[in-house]
Amino acid sequence: MTDQAQLLPGTLDLLILRAVSLGPLHGYGVLLRIGQISGNALLIEQGALYPGLFRLVRQGLLKASWGTSENNRRAKFYELTAAGRKRLREETESWNRLATAIGAALAEQPEEV
Amino acid sequence: MKLLDSLRFRLATLFRRSQMNAELEEELRSHIEHRADDLQRSGLPRPEAERRARLEFGGHVRFKEACNDALGSNFIETLIQDVRFGLRMLRKSPGFTAVAVGTLALGIGANALVFSVLNALILRPLNVPQPQSLYAIERRASFLDPSQSYPDYLDLRDRNRSFDSLAAFTITEAGLDTGQNATPSWAEEVSGNYFDTLGIQPYLGGFFHGSDEHGPNSAPYLVLAYAYWHVHFQDDPNVVGRTVGVNKHPFTILGVAPLGFHGTLLFGSPDFFVPMVNQEQVEGSNFLNARGNRWVFMVMGHLKPGVTPAQAIADLNSIGAYFGKNYPKDDGQITFTLARPSLYGDYLGRPIRAFVTALMLLAGLILLAACANLGTLFAARAADRAREIALRLALGSSRLRILRQLFTEALLLSLMGGAVGLWGSVMLLGWLRAWQPVPRYPMNLPLDPDVHVYVVALLLALVSGFLFGAVPVRQILRTDPYQIVKSGSIVAVGRRITVRDFLLAVQIAICAVLVTSSMVAVRGLARSLHSNFGFEPRNAMLVDTDLNMSGYSGDAVPAMQKRMIDSLETIPGVTSVGLIDWPPLHEAWNSTNVFTDATADLRASNAAAEVVVYSISPEYFRAAGTTLLTGRSISWTDHKNSPRVAVVNREFARRLFGSTTNAMANYYKRQDGTRIQVVGITEDGKYTNLTEDPHPAMFLSILQFPTSEMHMVVRSNVDSQHLSAAIKSKLRGLDSGLPFYLETWSEKLNSALFASRVATVSLGVLGVMGAMLSITGIFGMTAYSVSKRKRELGIRIALGAQRKEVLQAALGRAFKLLAFGSAAGLVLGILASRVLASIVYQATPRDPLVLAGVVLAMALLGLLATWIPAQRALSVDPSILMREE
Repeated sequence: MTDQAQLLPGTLDLLILRAVSLGPLHGYGVLLRIGQISGNALLIEQGALYPGLFRLVRQGLLKASWGTSENNRRAKFYELTAAGRKRLREETESWNRLATAIGAALAEQPEEV
Repeated sequence: MKLLDSLRFRLATLFRRSQMNAELEEELRSHIEHRADDLQRSGLPRPEAERRARLEFGGHVRFKEACNDALGSNFIETLIQDVRFGLRMLRKSPGFTAVAVGTLALGIGANALVFSVLNALILRPLNVPQPQSLYAIERRASFLDPSQSYPDYLDLRDRNRSFDSLAAFTITEAGLDTGQNATPSWAEEVSGNYFDTLGIQPYLGGFFHGSDEHGPNSAPYLVLAYAYWHVHFQDDPNVVGRTVGVNKHPFTILGVAPLGFHGTLLFGSPDFFVPMVNQEQVEGSNFLNARGNRWVFMVMGHLKPGVTPAQAIADLNSIGAYFGKNYPKDDGQITFTLARPSLYGDYLGRPIRAFVTALMLLAGLILLAACANLGTLFAARAADRAREIALRLALGSSRLRILRQLFTEALLLSLMGGAVGLWGSVMLLGWLRAWQPVPRYPMNLPLDPDVHVYVVALLLALVSGFLFGAVPVRQILRTDPYQIVKSGSIVAVGRRITVRDFLLAVQIAICAVLVTSSMVAVRGLARSLHSNFGFEPRNAMLVDTDLNMSGYSGDAVPAMQKRMIDSLETIPGVTSVGLIDWPPLHEAWNSTNVFTDATADLRASNAAAEVVVYSISPEYFRAAGTTLLTGRSISWTDHKNSPRVAVVNREFARRLFGSTTNAMANYYKRQDGTRIQVVGITEDGKYTNLTEDPHPAMFLSILQFPTSEMHMVVRSNVDSQHLSAAIKSKLRGLDSGLPFYLETWSEKLNSALFASRVATVSLGVLGVMGAMLSITGIFGMTAYSVSKRKRELGIRIALGAQRKEVLQAALGRAFKLLAFGSAAGLVLGILASRVLASIVYQATPRDPLVLAGVVLAMALLGLLATWIPAQRALSVDPSILMREE
């Protein structure tokens, strides 16, 4: 647990969109999926997920419906809307550009400047 | 649209709130159970797994709040919370709430009241079809004058190319006999095309038209005003076609004007309308051909579509040039201008507009000052609550949220104040509407508040709430919670003179001016009610009539007057009955130039004096209670064939003859050359108004200078109700068709004192407002400084300061401002009283009672305003303070 990284502000929404893009999930499922795709490297407070989910629904990027989970429990499932899919694509590109730039900057050796 | 949608969404979420909360609750529970399932699978027993899952999840109320925020639907809920909290806070400090609501009620109430008047008199268009294009024609003489002569009206009507048509009207009093007793009524004599020009439709029957006019007295038709029909004919629809008597001449009722139509003067209230061509029957004589006599009150009409006022004026001026060429003696070169008819053109309109606008400005200033004071109070309150605010900030509340809360409180106060103020002003408007300052001339001011007034009051309340709510904003934005929670101290007070101090001193000075002048006015009014008018209004009744109304003329007039006097003298308890054309201090009087006997060239510039002239019966002086100094009164033997005689007053004798002894039995001349002999001299009196300087006056015989317009003065020792019944039956016995109006002389004088009363009352109201403002201002400032300097005061007390020293430290500044402001105000008030002396009789500030009163009032005011802060300063307990901080 100790080597888990703090989330950068604003990245939780992107992670949720990514997690849900692989198929409809309920809240706890989203948490597990993020853990799975990030190799358990990110620290996410369980409750903090829900304001994020609500926000995305309100923005029309996700849609929610009640269903039954694999554990045979009632749960609310989230899936991407068309707008959500578009947003995910844009955010991913912009994140990649940022990461490349910062990575390049940090990898730069002083004598090469 | 966007705003509306968002509002609808917010409302919808508000109502779905409980459902959503339940759903969220269920979702979070589902999350925890899924987690527990996982933990159970990893080997934990079910209860332990559930406990662990809940622990891992953390404070779930916090996340619920965050989810609610994410929905963005908090506005209304927060508002309700803020309002509840604000009401609780206000209830906790009832003194503050009362002062704030009271101040705002005064400020907003004054504004609502003045705005209603402004709205009724100036903003609201006249109640006729298409009021925008209706204009009155004014002559530009030495002043703007809407009156015209009848021949000029006809020329204007027929020669202009700018108006659809031009109508004319004038106002007169006539005796209307509807089968019972004739009563004096107010009539509008109008041109035949009057109703058609205005586009008014009859409520009942029909109107007369331009085609009904065929020369003098050709159209004996009459249209009743709705109110008159309602009261005197009990809404009887069969009045149409009936014949009634106007000054004994038969007129046929054609119809009833619609409800709400009172002619085109805003304040007018005519009883009926008759054609102007019948002037001779209605007024006793006609001036239909006199081009030099401008008796037509106003000429007006609708501009043709597409004609601008400037084009119309040019058109009218070309008619003015025609007048100048053809009637140089009567008209000369005239230019015209256009004005709104509702306030008698610009003649009355301009001063009324100026007066009401000035009042509006004044009311606005009062509200602004009230806001400034409340702002200080509010800042003091915010300083008192610094700890609460710091705590809330430290607990994570946003500054925005706290400001919002404070603004909600400010708006709550201002809305409450606005509601109280509006209620008060609507009550006052009701009184104003019913108020008839001059009962003889009924007025009808359309002062009802309409939707504009309510909207303006609401806006004023909101704006003032934001204004004074904004004062403590900076204070709160700068609040550093750590500092305050740690030490409790706030920024140290500055010692220099601030703008706020200066404003407060100015306010106190204005308040002192108002208090001084209202006291001067009240004292002056009280004194003038007991001063000598040159007659005794108590125990006297006036019978006001015009014999012309019942068809008397020529020699029949004095004969009838003698019979009336003789008849009233037989009433038991009546001591004397006199007759005068218009009594002193009446709204109208005659004045004329007189010349010394030696003057041969009787030009106005050679006149010895301009004197007030009365026609009286012999018994007038006794009935009026006027003292005859020397000589005799007029007698019945001074008839039209005997030499002309007069009784003059002392001032007349002094001006024309140097002394009373020189005047007796001497002669003087009138403008027409008539020589008149002085046979008696009376004391001086008040003739035109109460504040005039001694004015020369002469009293002539009604037999030598007859008048059909008359007031009988009946002095008696019976109470006025019995007397008026007796007078009525006596006069009916003489001539049942004679209309007259009865009132006591004291009642009549009320209208002479009207201006001083209005001045006194409005100064009193302004004085109270000024005092309220000063109290809140001083209270706010001292409360603020005491709460800011609590620590310092505590240390002083701990170091052994006496009560006196503590008070000095806490309130010294306020008292300095008060003393300075009051002194300045007193001096200014004394100067201002000179202006006042021209309105209120015998208003003088050189009156020890007034000076003492002002000083006492200001001291009381200071005491009242500083009482609570002083108590607070004295009750500072150093031990508690030290422990707290």
